[in-house]
Parts: sequence; structure tokens; C-alpha cells
Amino acid sequence: MKFVYVFLVGGLLCAIAQILIDKTKLSPARIMVGYVVVGVLLTAVGLYEPLVKFAHAGATVPIMGFGYTLAKGAAKAVGEKGWLGVLGGGVSGAGTGIAAAVVFGFLCAVFSKPKAK
Amino acid sequence: MNISNKEYDVMVKKATPNSKLFTDCVKAFIVGGIICVIGQIIMEGYLALDIKKDDASALTSATLVLVGALLTAFGVYDKIANLGKAGTLVPITGFANSIVSPAMEYKTEGLVPGVGSKMFIIAGPVLVYGITASVIYAVIYKLLTGM
Repeated sequence: MKFVYVFLVGGLLCAIAQILIDKTKLSPARIMVGYVVVGVLLTAVGLYEPLVKFAHAGATVPIMGFGYTLAKGAAKAVGEKGWLGVLGGGVSGAGTGIAAAVVFGFLCAVFSKPKAK
Repeated sequence: MNISNKEYDVMVKKATPNSKLFTDCVKAFIVGGIICVIGQIIMEGYLALDIKKDDASALTSATLVLVGALLTAFGVYDKIANLGKAGTLVPITGFANSIVSPAMEYKTEGLVPGVGSKMFIIAGPVLVYGITASVIYAVIYKLLTGM
């Protein structure tokens, strides 16, 4: 059953983005930004954690899950270090993903054939 | 039925918006769902290696980012995106795509002004707003949980 929930929730989050693109003409960049911020917000109010428990990768693989990881890291660092954790907590939590995106993205771009504009 | 091209265009316009939205959504749903299932399979693989859940989750993201970046570099991701629409945008593989794609496009402008800066055309705002939101949340969380 786990994989069914993964598929359904992951698919649903993508379908919602599709409706937003087709109906509101929001650019993909705005959709991504919106999804990450909504991910932080939903985690802050305690709604995203249950969704992750229910749908696993269906909730963490969509970019909203990046917001979840940022917010979770922020709360964890504040819990452990108080005010000292406020600035770095989110980035520490999402550090692996951010570094992967920067480094793999950079290397793949450098070693690819340039795309025609 | 005898209809001119013009009339036909009008009919097509009338008929397409909703059905296009519906098929787009179905495609996004299926492709996005499949990418998440692949993510879950990768995650299960890391968990089977006795890696802690948080680390396994981070590694899964990193793996998907790598796959998304590679598929973009080889020109495959754009083809999947034509089919999968938002289903390829929303998963973290789409984040990797948003980095590699402009970086490739502006590669001829050099490694720093081309690749180095253009890779953040979309990823930059995502990081700016995501990190800022998480810091604002951290401050509020600290204030609410006591000084």
C-alpha cells in the first residue's frame, strides 16, 4: 500500500501545479518558489510531517519536500542550540540536497554539449 | 460536414482548453507519481543498507538530483518534460533540470558569467525564498518555545 500512497500524493501535488500553470499562467519558476515556501509553511503549522509519514517519497520528492527539510532543520537546530540555530538550521538540514544540486548541476552543465539557444 | 479552416480553428479553440487541462493533469499526475515511486525505491535501497532515515532521505534527494542533472545533460529530461509537464517540474529532478538547462544554454558565455550565474536563474529564487522562509520560521519557533 505504501507505494500506492507515494504515487497518489506525489501525482496529486504535480497535478495541482499543472492546474496552476494552465489556469493562472504562473511561470514554472514561480510555481517552484511557491511550492517551497508552502512546504515551509505547512511544516511550520504541523501539517506536512503527517503527510510525509503517510506518503513518504510522495511528499518528500516534490519540491515542497525541500521546504519541509528546510523547516525541519530549522526547528531541530533551534531546539538544540537556541538562537544560535536560527540562521543555519534550515540550510544544515537541507545541506546535502543543496550541495548536490549545485555540484551535480554544475558538473553536468560543464561536461554537456552546449545546447542551441 | 463542410467547414472552413477558420471555423475549424474556432471549434478547436472552444473544445481544447478543458480537455487539454484534463489530459495535462493526468500526464502530470502519472509522470510525477512515477518519479516519486522511483524516489521511494531508491529510499528503500538506502534504508536496506542500514542508513539512518534522515540520511537516507537526504541521499535519495541527492541521487534524484544527480539523475535529473544527467538526464538533462543528455537531452532526455526535456523529452520526458514534454510528456510529463508539471509532473517533471515539481519533483526534485525538476529542480536539477532548472539548474542544468539554463547553464547549458548559456555555456558559450563562459564558465563564470555563463554556467556559474545562469544555473541559478530559477534555483536562485527557490533558495532565496525557501531559506528566508525557514529562518523566519526558526525565529517564530524560538519565540514561541520560550527564550
